[in-house]
Amino acid sequence: MKETEISKHTISVLVDNESGVLARVIGLFSGRGYNIESLTVAEVDARAHQSRITVVTSGTPMVIEQIKAQLSRLVPIHKVSDLTLAGPSVERELALVKVIAAGEKRVESLRIADIFKARAVDATNDSFVYEIIGSPEKIDAFIKLMEPLGLSEISRTGVAAISRGTLTM
Amino acid sequence: MAERILSGSEVVLQALADQGVEVVFGYPGGAVLPLYDEIFKQNRIRHVLVRHEQAAVHAAEGYARSTGKVGVVLVTSGPGATNAVTGLTDALMDSIPVVCLTGQVPTHLIGNDAFQEADTTGITRPCTKHNYLVKNPDKLARTMHEAFHVASSGRPGPVVIDLPKDILVGKAPYLEPAQVQHRTYNPVVKGDRAQIEEAMEMLASAKKPILYCGGGVINSGTQACKLLTEFTRMTGAPITLTLMGLGAYPASDNQYLGMVGMHGTYESNMSMHDCDVMVAIGARFDDRVTGNLDFFAPNSQKIQIDIDQSSINKNVPVDIGIVGDVGHVLEDMIKIWKAKQYKIEASALDGWWKEIEGWRSKRCLSYKQPKDVIKPQHVIRSIHAATRDRKTYITTDVGQHQMWAAQHFGFEHPYEWMTSGGLGTMGYGMPAALGVQVAHPDATVVCFTGDASIMMNIQECATMTQYRLPIKTVILNNRYMGMVRQWQQLLHGSRYSESYSETLPDFVKLSEAFGFTGLTCNNPADLDDAIKQMLEIDGPVILDVAVDDKENCYPMIPSGKPHNEMLLGQETKGDEAIDSDEGMVLV
Ligand SMILES: Cc1ncc(C[n+]2csc(CCOP(=O)(O)OP(=O)(O)O)c2C)c(N)n1
Ligand SMILES: [Mg+2]
Repeated sequence: MKETEISKHTISVLVDNESGVLARVIGLFSGRGYNIESLTVAEVDARAHQSRITVVTSGTPMVIEQIKAQLSRLVPIHKVSDLTLAGPSVERELALVKVIAAGEKRVESLRIADIFKARAVDATNDSFVYEIIGSPEKIDAFIKLMEPLGLSEISRTGVAAISRGTLTM
Repeated sequence: MAERILSGSEVVLQALADQGVEVVFGYPGGAVLPLYDEIFKQNRIRHVLVRHEQAAVHAAEGYARSTGKVGVVLVTSGPGATNAVTGLTDALMDSIPVVCLTGQVPTHLIGNDAFQEADTTGITRPCTKHNYLVKNPDKLARTMHEAFHVASSGRPGPVVIDLPKDILVGKAPYLEPAQVQHRTYNPVVKGDRAQIEEAMEMLASAKKPILYCGGGVINSGTQACKLLTEFTRMTGAPITLTLMGLGAYPASDNQYLGMVGMHGTYESNMSMHDCDVMVAIGARFDDRVTGNLDFFAPNSQKIQIDIDQSSINKNVPVDIGIVGDVGHVLEDMIKIWKAKQYKIEASALDGWWKEIEGWRSKRCLSYKQPKDVIKPQHVIRSIHAATRDRKTYITTDVGQHQMWAAQHFGFEHPYEWMTSGGLGTMGYGMPAALGVQVAHPDATVVCFTGDASIMMNIQECATMTQYRLPIKTVILNNRYMGMVRQWQQLLHGSRYSESYSETLPDFVKLSEAFGFTGLTCNNPADLDDAIKQMLEIDGPVILDVAVDDKENCYPMIPSGKPHNEMLLGQETKGDEAIDSDEGMVLV
């Protein structure tokens, strides 16, 4: 890859679930001018008090290396893994999408939801809330199609990711 | 082992004692009164009362940098902690191990905008290597020990422990250092063997090698500095040091080219530019070293050794990046070099040295000392000559005087040079000297400062007097913020906006008011006597030397220029305007 080429990377970070750890990670990104395209965090091991942070970021190969090295040297961080480089991985995101529409548009939104395997989790006479799970790209595509059909509000979780096969962090 | 239950303050003091702490630099206040009470009741740990919390951190830095130990600071909550921020940032930039204890309001008041509450862990997160807020007394002892581990291992740095008052007053169990194992922070010290082998092969094949070494060598310890000297002699390669690395290799040695970077020597910078293999050891390719990255050492292969993975490939991509402690890696380098009987091709090396001698013959640091006005460089050289047979430690403030000290005072050993490199903090010099003198009561400690810098922590004169610290503060008084004036002259059409020291105190009277001797000197003929007198006085002295106010610091690589476009003062008669808008934007 060319030194100046910017690419997207999904980085998983295993951290001690202690106060301030998320602030450290976010502060690192903002302080050093790195991108955050998506960030999710939740405890994954209650007994060991460990959380997993998934960051989607972009940069040149040198910047991506820097991001990983900078993350690795934070004291409460156990492991940093670049899922994009580690091999194939699964990325999923959940979105709740509110569509307010009547008549044909309302029906059309249901049809599209069906194609995307999105579920209506709330319905009124004038609105639906769809729940859709998939890759960020799939969710983007769904949202784009909903735009002319009365799209009025979106809430997305950000990406959770894990490598395929037997490979673990 | 049975747990010992103590008060929180007792735990803190016990942990400090068990960590081998002898002295704490601090300033009291409401939130830390329980700790001060505990300090009062014991006599294992000495407390040095500074007059401003920033100075406490700089003093701890001076102590740490001149001993290789961790410096310890104790300040109160709110303003005590915020005053410490500059010092912490300074220690972070220069990788100085410091543990800073800050008081905090009681846990139940945190977040309520209580009196003297500040979000200390929030404020100090980006300016510490790590920080802690202790909310659970069970974690107090562990946190104390862990803080020392984090501050001093890997790439050293400052660590803050924020201590709510109720934790200090309440009961807490004590754990010995040996009972604490850190879970995540265990930096790599051994370098990768295969990479080191590859690196030695690369160096052995060089025709124009250079060793470029920085503060990391000094952080690695005196043994690492010895190994560096051994390795340098074995290879016959030229060596240059960064501002932070001065003393890691003896300045008087013929293989030493002088300092590298913006105000480094001509021979150093030209050698960096023209080399074919560069070995960076504990140096981080700072912009003050590299100049314009687009033209940095364009024909070289680079090897970098650093304990901090994030220092490798940060600014400059390298061919071989070895993560490890400099001392450990040097040991392996020497072994491999010997085992493989490597030798840099003699004819190539000779040719390289001939080229270097050509650059050296420019004598880029030379100056003329006229009869009527004292040249600042001459002050540095004269003091160097006068202190040669004493154990001498030097601290500086920031500006031209700092660069002249770096250029003209030859450092033969590590730990003897304390300066604010990464942050460039005016006000560092005198408090750092306090810390050094506390650590080395019998040594000569000289602080080179400027007429502007000295005013930034002048209150520390009181600390010098109180503890009878015989620090020799030498003001290179050009009545200007000289470095600012120099840039204004070169880059801003000589418009000296706000850089003149309009009103300076009478430093003799000021010294006397603080209870020690002040001396002045403005005649070149009197300089040696003034220095002699200063060194003979048993106590603090401020020597105010009136120096040439027009002198600029050369050589200089203007911001944004490559190494081979240095300005040589003598040659250009100095003082040429730099024709570059680019330079104006850069710092
Ligand atoms: C705290 C701080 N404020 C501002 C600066 C910017 N600065 C760098 S050098 C300098 C002038 C220093 O003047 P002086 O102490 O007289 O030293 P000289 O350059 O004259 O030797 C200034 C203002 C700084 N480095 N630190
Ligand atoms: Mg000055």
